[in-house]
Amino acid sequence: MEGLAQNPWAALAYLVAGVCFILALRGLSSPTSSQRGNRFGMIGMTIAMVTTLATHFDFNKICVTAPLDDPTYYDRCSSGGLTDALFVAAAIAIGAVIGIVTARRIKMTDMPQLVAAFHSLVGLAAVLVAAAAFLNPVAFGIADADGVIHQVSRIEMGLGVAIGAITFSGSVIAFLKLNGNMSGKPIMLPGRHVINLATLAAILGLIAYFLTDQSPWIFWTVTALSFAIGFLLIIPIGGADMPVVVSMLNSYSGWAAAAMGFTLHNSAMIITGALVGSSGAILSYIMCRAMNRSFISVIAGGFGGDGGSSGDGEAKEQRPWKLGSAEDAAFLMQQAEQVIIVPGYGMAVAQAQHVLREMGDKLKEHGVRVKYAIHPVAGRMPGHMNVLLAEANVPYDEVFELEDINSEFAQTDVAFIIGANDVVNPAAKTDKSSPIYGMPVFDVGKAKTVLFIKRSMGGVGYAGVDNDVFYADNTMMLLADAKKMVEEIVKSLD
Amino acid sequence: MDFISILSIFVLTCFVGYYVVWSVTPALHTPLMAVTNAISSVIIVGALIASAAIGIGGTGATSKWLGLLAVVMASVNIFGGFAVTARMLAMYKKKAR
Repeated sequence: MEGLAQNPWAALAYLVAGVCFILALRGLSSPTSSQRGNRFGMIGMTIAMVTTLATHFDFNKICVTAPLDDPTYYDRCSSGGLTDALFVAAAIAIGAVIGIVTARRIKMTDMPQLVAAFHSLVGLAAVLVAAAAFLNPVAFGIADADGVIHQVSRIEMGLGVAIGAITFSGSVIAFLKLNGNMSGKPIMLPGRHVINLATLAAILGLIAYFLTDQSPWIFWTVTALSFAIGFLLIIPIGGADMPVVVSMLNSYSGWAAAAMGFTLHNSAMIITGALVGSSGAILSYIMCRAMNRSFISVIAGGFGGDGGSSGDGEAKEQRPWKLGSAEDAAFLMQQAEQVIIVPGYGMAVAQAQHVLREMGDKLKEHGVRVKYAIHPVAGRMPGHMNVLLAEANVPYDEVFELEDINSEFAQTDVAFIIGANDVVNPAAKTDKSSPIYGMPVFDVGKAKTVLFIKRSMGGVGYAGVDNDVFYADNTMMLLADAKKMVEEIVKSLD
Repeated sequence: MDFISILSIFVLTCFVGYYVVWSVTPALHTPLMAVTNAISSVIIVGALIASAAIGIGGTGATSKWLGLLAVVMASVNIFGGFAVTARMLAMYKKKAR
């Protein structure tokens, strides 16, 4: 491994950068320390970049280039000159402008798409770096002078390019589904499990074969197959499972960075990769637990496209339900002591978070205690609802997690459900045959009155299950677009 | 660094990550994803090395261009990721009173 004998100061700097990244995540344990954490992240990234630039660019150095007619000779000089530095500066500037403009302009409701798009870039960058290392291994210090790549580096590189490619194509599909360019419905290919397993086996087999033979065709086939499997893995997964998919791809982007860190013997990359990898894995676990589904069954896909799959075979009988108006809702809430608002993805779609906060403020003027209850899988990515409420200036100490607030519904006058459905469905507790059975849900039915905003009585949530709450005696259905309905309630509260 | 010391860093950081991430409040899970996105772009280190290397012949030059392309992508992520995280975190406020 002496090929990559690092300057000890550089190695130390990369370690410091890695520690900054740990502190960046640590800062997120509370909103008060989070901004400091983000600054640690920026400092860490600056240290890592400056260190690389300082050790790999040398404007005074004259590299002795090899005779061009000798194809076996690899250039030993891995320092860039002034021209290279200008190119790099331009590349960074282009990226910075695109990144900052996007970050400023993006709507908070579109955050899941943005994160998916960013994941795809990490994946593609990993593929490109792995390819660059494969094409010019001496510059990366992973080959001997004849260009024979160290065996352990071949494995690391193969894994890096495979995980990177899966992250890229998977994230592109996730982006298209979240952005609405592609239907959220699961697309089921016949025999897809066999195809997927065979592709995966082929990738692993080829990486193993890469150990003995570093021919380019193996490297590029691994890359192509990995692009394909990323695509195949995500197309059968329905829109409602996107929180898990986004978290999983987050994890993959970390593992890809870690694999490249192994290749380059860079501690900053390994520390980051391990952090991000475990972060995504934990988020996926939290999301799966919140839906009571195993990770395998989510990955197997096919769940939650449209409301087509009826949970019970017999025709749904027409059950009576009560229709309410904005005035009724306003009256009931004004009289209440405590109102708990349960937002869901529908609130994000309707962009109703701002007017919802206005409603909350009005209620507080009437002396009502207002709380927000957020289910872990509400929205399209972990914490999606929290960001939207924060954007609308809802103080974060009025926002509660499932386990912290669920016992309060019994002492609550009004449960106000806006854009959520499956997360308040009691079938998850009572009906063993229901596809959402076992999922932890809000006990909204225990509140004195349930106000349920819904576009119409037709659709039945992503899981395609009917919801007994609609027909309960203490439920009043408010059938309208979420934003319009809340606007009307606000007017009636004046 | 030999393989074992790298592997040690990796394994130990996985444990650090486990405990650090469990302590992240669920309200900040979206910023967590955005910031992990930004920091995983530390892969730019590899891209910079590729862009710095003087390559001769066909593959060397290709390697350099691939590196530069990777620098652009990683920078989008780094600048965009940190900026959007900062924007989100600035919105989380406590009760005014």
